[in-house]
Amino acid sequence: MQSYVHVILAGLSSGMFIWLVASGLTLIFGVLGVLNFAHGSFYMLGAYCSFTVLKHLGAGYWTGLLLGPLAVCAAGFVVERFFLRHVYRIALPYQLLLTFAFVLIFDNLVKIVWGGGALSPPSLSFLGGSVPILGRNFPVYNLFIIAVGPAVALLLWALLEKTWYGRIIRASSSDREMAASLGVRVPALFTAVFVFGTWLGALGGGLAVPYVGLLTPGMGETIIIEAFIVAVIGGLGSLKGAFVGALVIGVLSAFGTRFFPAFDMALTFILMGGVLLWRPQGLFGATR
Amino acid sequence: MKARTRNAVAAAAVLLALCAVPFLAGKFAIYLTMRIMLLGIFAVGYNLLLGQTGLLSFGHGAFYAAGAYGMGLFGVHVSTHPLLGVAAGIVAAVLLALLVGYLCVRHTEIYFAMLTLACGMMVFSLVWNAREITGGDDGLIGILRAPVSLFGGIKMPIGKDEQFYFFVLFFFALSVWAVHRIRQSPFGLALAGIRENARRSEFAGVPVRRYRLAVFVLSGAFAGLAGSLEALLESNARPFMAHWTHSAEPVLVSLLGGLSSLAGPLVGSAIYIAMREIIQRFTENWMLGFGIVLLVIIMGFRGGVTGTLSALFRKAAAPGEG
Repeated sequence: MQSYVHVILAGLSSGMFIWLVASGLTLIFGVLGVLNFAHGSFYMLGAYCSFTVLKHLGAGYWTGLLLGPLAVCAAGFVVERFFLRHVYRIALPYQLLLTFAFVLIFDNLVKIVWGGGALSPPSLSFLGGSVPILGRNFPVYNLFIIAVGPAVALLLWALLEKTWYGRIIRASSSDREMAASLGVRVPALFTAVFVFGTWLGALGGGLAVPYVGLLTPGMGETIIIEAFIVAVIGGLGSLKGAFVGALVIGVLSAFGTRFFPAFDMALTFILMGGVLLWRPQGLFGATR
Repeated sequence: MKARTRNAVAAAAVLLALCAVPFLAGKFAIYLTMRIMLLGIFAVGYNLLLGQTGLLSFGHGAFYAAGAYGMGLFGVHVSTHPLLGVAAGIVAAVLLALLVGYLCVRHTEIYFAMLTLACGMMVFSLVWNAREITGGDDGLIGILRAPVSLFGGIKMPIGKDEQFYFFVLFFFALSVWAVHRIRQSPFGLALAGIRENARRSEFAGVPVRRYRLAVFVLSGAFAGLAGSLEALLESNARPFMAHWTHSAEPVLVSLLGGLSSLAGPLVGSAIYIAMREIIQRFTENWMLGFGIVLLVIIMGFRGGVTGTLSALFRKAAAPGEG
């Protein structure tokens, strides 16, 4: 019993990490219609920038978490404003490859700036340690992450459903031309959404710093595949779907690692294949 | 008719030049040319799917790996005959492509790309984890280049690179010729029709989903051929052959050279391998350099090298029509 509870908790925390990354990805896809391969790179950059602020500027963890992702937003702005904007209307392979080119560029830049080896972040004083749950210790930081995930989900929901900006975003995503003719500055709005999505990914990276233990230049490539899977299972563009998908994938792979270590990754893909055979548009995707 | 003769002459010239490489060039150039031909086989087969049918797969590394592991496992457990090994590699790739294709061709566009990506990564993780069979992250090593024995008596050694070169060249020429024939065939034209308008093709009586599956498996077979040849060249098979970054290579190469012609992926393969070597010689940062080149192509030269060149020629031939 207690081992199940711990596996579920571990699954929830890893699922919430995937959600943090997948939320930005899903938001960008839902509004701009672009599947952003470079989102994993923003996650990685978020982690490295937070780490640098934390370590070299001598700032506290929270300052690093605040400033690091903000720095990454600049990268997101450049990518959208000067490159992605020009390929919205052309064939899908080019959009995907444009973002893939940025994966190559960012991975390499990280190697140049921070070196190719792994960096290990300092341990946390605040939120460090662990608490006993059902007779076994569980890291406090992971509990914190389990709380952050739903908070971000709530924030996004409130932003999109309850505010004026949210209404404009939803209107522009469902009909660009109509929104533009009603006076919405769609290009600027798209840039803003992209930068916000970038921030979400980078925030996931910043939060991951104490969690992953090691920062490596390839860390974005693993998480982006997981985020893609979550986005597909949930239904591309559906934030609710991404949230549910991340929870399911997180818990499932935690059970996989615990009980079928040889299949830990394959289990995820089997789930994805099954969901898509049953519901091609994903759990919460709109029927096309 | 004129264009056809011109193409035949060009193909013959390239073939002659390729035959001359082992006699004129050094060891490294021979090796590089083989790498170009391997990537070329992978890319022309793949481009039947992307260029001809308009389906973007991000999982073809899985079939490449199936070819390599098929060849390797067959060589270790059954027979070291290279031709049988290549056949085993292709069969493994075809079976895998049938399974993956069956799941994936019911979708198009972004869903197709994502599904193939996921299936490819599933193969990657299975290969990575099934240590007893595949050697896990060490890869499958010790794949031998035994002599090719034909009709009982004749034995052709392929142990040295200069000898193996002609083995690769044979399959390369065969693949390019086969893809050329497929593109010209009614089947190939139907694929182009599916790319332009799938619904209209459906109404015209083309079984769209079955054709998509057929071309998916076909391109998987070429990937398997390339993979099994690489297993022979490097005498190992590695899980990273199935990784999504490797699956992206034929896509990159097709775009680099040009999507719409047979020559495009071939030119792209040559440029890709050569550029990688050149950039790596001067700097460690080849990914950065390649990423920038990719950006320039996507932002400015979407026809790829061949598309841009032929547009230039057309402009030169008919000035003022631009």
